[in-house]
Amino acid sequence: MDYIATGFSHALKLILRLDPELLGIIFLSIKVSGAALAVSALIGIPAGAFLSLKKFPMRSAAVSLLNTFMGLPPVVVGLFLYLLLSRSGPLGFMSLLYTPYAMMIAQTVLALPIVVSLSYAAVSSVNPVIRMAARTLGANDYQTAVTIIKEARMGIMAAVIAAFGRVIAEVGAILIVGGNIAGLTRVMTTAIAMETDKGNFELALALGIILLSLSLLINAALHLVQKPKDARVEMEGD
Amino acid sequence: MARLIVAIMIVACMTASAFGAERIRCASTTSTQNSGLFDYILPIFEKKTGIKVDVVAVGTGAAIEIGKRGDADLLFVHAKELELKGVEDGFFVNRHDVMYNDFVVIGPSNDPAKIRGIKTAVDAFKKIASSGSPFVSRGDKSGTHTKELDIWKAAAITPKGQAWYLEVGQGMAKTQRIANEKRGYALTDRGTWLATVDKDKLDMKIVLEGDHALFNQYGVMAVNPAKYKHVKFKEAMEFVNWIISKEGQEAIGAFKDKNGNRLFYPNAK
Repeated sequence: MDYIATGFSHALKLILRLDPELLGIIFLSIKVSGAALAVSALIGIPAGAFLSLKKFPMRSAAVSLLNTFMGLPPVVVGLFLYLLLSRSGPLGFMSLLYTPYAMMIAQTVLALPIVVSLSYAAVSSVNPVIRMAARTLGANDYQTAVTIIKEARMGIMAAVIAAFGRVIAEVGAILIVGGNIAGLTRVMTTAIAMETDKGNFELALALGIILLSLSLLINAALHLVQKPKDARVEMEGD
Repeated sequence: MARLIVAIMIVACMTASAFGAERIRCASTTSTQNSGLFDYILPIFEKKTGIKVDVVAVGTGAAIEIGKRGDADLLFVHAKELELKGVEDGFFVNRHDVMYNDFVVIGPSNDPAKIRGIKTAVDAFKKIASSGSPFVSRGDKSGTHTKELDIWKAAAITPKGQAWYLEVGQGMAKTQRIANEKRGYALTDRGTWLATVDKDKLDMKIVLEGDHALFNQYGVMAVNPAKYKHVKFKEAMEFVNWIISKEGQEAIGAFKDKNGNRLFYPNAK
């Protein structure tokens, strides 16, 4: 048990010392996962809304497929992307393997199905009365969609947060396509895996605590962004 | 939406700034990275040549595969037969012996299979097999795993599928920890053993060492530029020539781990 106590004090010391290598690793974690999340949200939210609002053949099959992709094993994604981005692979000419870009691509592949699937669920659960009301008030297709998406924003936010949780904690895929190269592609999770391998349990635990604190901060920030709007809606509702 | 686009642009700029100095990529093994050897020798090389070496540390099997696919500029691994096969098949060139360390057989402190006193690894493995004590194998095609399989082969034993044989598919330190928990035997490299025995509170001892069959040779080689045009052959050869030079060899010999143990012995010819 003493590992856990020393882990906490070690974590605190690491943060207070502002070690440039650690800061670089934290920074890269945020960069890679943040970019993957941004791209996933940019594509995934409209795609989820489209899935929900447009009727087309094979829609339920598409939804089932997306739900399955939510459970993609990161190592498989990593291996698949490795073979794709390898010099001997079809995209080798792009020189992306073992760069932060490859890691962003891997995490986008993991995050996108979550954003699409959960956004779809959020938009689908909006009360149909709202759609009819918007129509009645003369809204066109686009305006109706925007109204419904606004109504579903809590659920969509949950989708983004779930996707963030997946990518910030992910290690299997980025280890394969990033290579955990010091100062280039080493992030929090791959550093934790490496330190565990080395037997530096205290340091690994300390890094884990820092990563978790970071997630807490980011989630709190996302929650704050959401909050004022909620209050307004409630007032409007009164 | 605009904020997202700005965020993406910032990310793109930041990653772009990571490039600049001449970099080469070296596929190597976890033992060289986790022991701290690279942290010690690479800054010396970088200072001298201005070439930054990016290390991708995986098992030797994976490192060789990465090299064969042209995803690295040079290799620093320990599975001599596989290395020479790669050279023969035209994937690698200019392979040199660099350094060695040795493997040791470790087991529970009370040595239930009574291995201590046995002189050769083959005899020790035979005795472990007949005693039924657990044997924990890396099972990951690493250099250590390859060595272990060679010894089983020489002992004419097929351990795979036996109840006492545990293939864990993990790194060396984790394998040792599992052996400790299972009260079993394992083959490990001396570097990892020395670096972790106290830290991991292993209730284990070296039960066999010094057999010539446990010699662990590391080799360095460049990926063949005739096979892959994009590789940075010139810079890779600068590293190869440096590491086998007097200066590089002395750096390897001078490296000690945190506890002051010498882990690698230079032996380039």
